[in-house]
Amino acid sequence: MSASAIIFYCISTFILLTGILSVTTRKIFRSSIWLLFSLVGIAGLYFWMDMNFIAAVQIIVYVGGIVVLIIFSIFLTQKAGEQMPKAITGRKVFSILSVLAGLAFIYRVISLNEFHPNTTTVVNANVSEIGTQMLSTTEHGFVLPFEAISMLLLAAMIGCIVIAIKSKPE
Amino acid sequence: MNEVPITHILFVSTALFFIGMYGLFTRRNMITMLMAIELILNSVNINFIAFNKYLYPEKLDGIFFSIFIITIAAAEAAVAIAIIINLYRSHHSIDVEDAGELKY
Repeated sequence: MSASAIIFYCISTFILLTGILSVTTRKIFRSSIWLLFSLVGIAGLYFWMDMNFIAAVQIIVYVGGIVVLIIFSIFLTQKAGEQMPKAITGRKVFSILSVLAGLAFIYRVISLNEFHPNTTTVVNANVSEIGTQMLSTTEHGFVLPFEAISMLLLAAMIGCIVIAIKSKPE
Repeated sequence: MNEVPITHILFVSTALFFIGMYGLFTRRNMITMLMAIELILNSVNINFIAFNKYLYPEKLDGIFFSIFIITIAAAEAAVAIAIIINLYRSHHSIDVEDAGELKY
């Protein structure tokens, strides 16, 4: 087993452990901090796969944006030190059973499927390549989804302001 | 790099997906359910990147799908948190059981 494989298994156990802690801990603030660690671990996995741009985007958007937003909303709506009520035992047992069944099913499908990795070429994912292809109008360009996403972001921004605005008492 | 087969990366992302599903099933607080959804979206991103890296290295489609998913996740989190804060203002609770009148 080489160093790269050892690094991969360390990163994946880190991601899974912090993910499990994030969905099981009963203090909501700790749950968001464990989620932050899990997202940083996923960014590390992207770095391990040599996808530097995606890893940077992951850290900027998730760690710098979404988790901070979640922490702000926790402070606005909850008492952060308080423990959340325990889940009903029946619901917990049912969830564990269904999750394990789904996990076993997908594991079987993945291990039965034969993948044919392409080892001859190396992926070229530097920023200039991504930017050129993102805005090109040729056959493999992505300018149409880019524009659609920009419209969606504008709509989401306006929608957030409209929903969160304080209505005047009548 | 190549001694880790693609199936192991897929196993990790599947486990992360079902951890998120477990959180979505058991939690009743809207913010924690949102966190579970973030975990699910991230597991899908890992899949896209791994397929791009191992199976189709001559294209960049997986990277673009991941970028779009990250963007949509950010927009979705912003809208969801605006709704949650507004619900807290009117109901003083963000438990899904207390928001039952949305059903009717």
